[in-house]
Amino acid sequence: MATAFSEPTAPIPAEPPKRRQAATWGNLLFVVPYLTVFAIMLVIPLGWGIWLSTTKGDLFGTDRWVGLANFIRLFRDPIFLETVWNTFYFVLLTVPALAAIGLALALVLNRQTRWAAVLRTIFFASTVLSVTVVTLVWRLVFLPDGGLLAVVTKALGGTPVAFLNDETLAMPAIAITTIWWCIGLPMVLFLAALQQVPRDLYEAAALDNASRWTTLTRITLPAIRRTFMLVLIIEIILQFQLFGQPQLMTLGGPNNATRPIVLFIYETGWRQWELGYASAAAQVLFVMILLAAMAQYRVSSRREET
Amino acid sequence: MRVGRTHPVAIALVIFAAILMLLPLGWVLALSLKANAALLADTNSVFHAPYTLENYRILFGDGQVFRWIGNSLIVSLGMTAGVLVLSSLAGYGFARLEFPGRGALFVVVLLGLAVPEQAVIIARHQMFSAVSMHNTYIALMLPGMSAPFGVFLMTQYFKAIPRDIDEAAMLDGASRLRIFLRVLLPLTIPAQATLGIFTFLTAWNDYWWPLISATNKAMYTLTVGIASTQMNFAQTEGLGFLMAQAVFAGLPILIVYLFFQKYIVQAVAGAAGR
Repeated sequence: MATAFSEPTAPIPAEPPKRRQAATWGNLLFVVPYLTVFAIMLVIPLGWGIWLSTTKGDLFGTDRWVGLANFIRLFRDPIFLETVWNTFYFVLLTVPALAAIGLALALVLNRQTRWAAVLRTIFFASTVLSVTVVTLVWRLVFLPDGGLLAVVTKALGGTPVAFLNDETLAMPAIAITTIWWCIGLPMVLFLAALQQVPRDLYEAAALDNASRWTTLTRITLPAIRRTFMLVLIIEIILQFQLFGQPQLMTLGGPNNATRPIVLFIYETGWRQWELGYASAAAQVLFVMILLAAMAQYRVSSRREET
Repeated sequence: MRVGRTHPVAIALVIFAAILMLLPLGWVLALSLKANAALLADTNSVFHAPYTLENYRILFGDGQVFRWIGNSLIVSLGMTAGVLVLSSLAGYGFARLEFPGRGALFVVVLLGLAVPEQAVIIARHQMFSAVSMHNTYIALMLPGMSAPFGVFLMTQYFKAIPRDIDEAAMLDGASRLRIFLRVLLPLTIPAQATLGIFTFLTAWNDYWWPLISATNKAMYTLTVGIASTQMNFAQTEGLGFLMAQAVFAGLPILIVYLFFQKYIVQAVAGAAGR
């Protein structure tokens, strides 16, 4: 702030001498509270969970070491294999749709008008609802007798379908529910990426009289390529963990058609109390998610290089 | 930003999609305002009067829902406060201070980012059983505080603050804790807001851990409580009442979203984009 009485500007002082900070045990105190919770709630349970997966409990509650027997049993268990297939099928149904619809919405809604803002709000709003509310709403949409879809079908002169009781339609119905619930996140990520595309690229394209399609495929899409990969991987990791929707909408049925891995873990662990077996299934899922997370790490570290 | 004009067909499609997004919510709201007897006779009655607030009257008369909301508030606020305190301290430590094993410890914390809840939840459940702590607020809050994401976010944020700021304070002889509390912490308020909103929403909507840990009805959070009442709903009986519950459980968070949407969207985009 310059006032009439301000002193003449002092010469800029030279860089203060770099003082190498001493590594002290006292400084550790800042990270100890978190590290304690981290160790007790994450590191120890992780190790314990891996150990549990090699044990089998008996009626007296003591664990017997069985080596890899649980894993061998898992890969021979037709129900577990079906849950693995169901999980992949669900990921396949939801992730490409979430990426494509999210991108389409972001492309249309990336503008500073009031209408675009209102629409963005609508598309993101369902994301803040909990899975319990979402499934409550959607069970009612799919209800064959008086549900929203049934009412619409009847009004159009058709026969209502019992989506959640049909082996082939139940998983797509859960996928639609999930897309409705989760579409906000990919949209927001794409919107954030679109804001980063340098404007002069578009100006140059406009000077060249590039068509809308050329601008999209030659400029926009290459520029947000990494976000696209990131969305795919984040959604794969998230959707691999499918649990609440089938647990609340179909209980895994009909005939196991919607039973994902996490529901298998839950039921094996807390319905049948086979903790070793459930842990083994959890470790299989962990490895799958780890592979996806490693892919994410590679993508995001490559992003920082450029 | 204006990059050509959007095709009218695209706009029409997006508006149509927005209507589809809102339709289920409107349907639920309408159902919640109907007497259960009328719904039993004919669900088409949704489209015409009479409407009633009877379902909400029953809901408020029950009291259980308020207990669950109270639990959700205690757990979500507690977890958020815990995450903010632990992550700020650790973030400052990792970003600014030298101590033995710093690099290795930080790598271990980062590796924790890749561990999904499923891999640890069975052992966590056994640990809380071993000390008879299920059905307590501590059991509901503590696991969420171990998530490494907050530490990662805060470390990045502290690293981005110019070192001159605290070095100047250090020359004045202020203690480390004082510099942290008085000088640096106020500068991290945007990051605290991001992390706080993100943690609160995650805690509020968490379903799996409370489902396993809280077996006593009085300790249910709102998500588990609502789930417990949905089980027998194939019969249309009580449909309006269930929908009133859905509206009651969903509406507050939707209203909060409308007020804070700018920050929530930023928090979510920032959190996932890192």
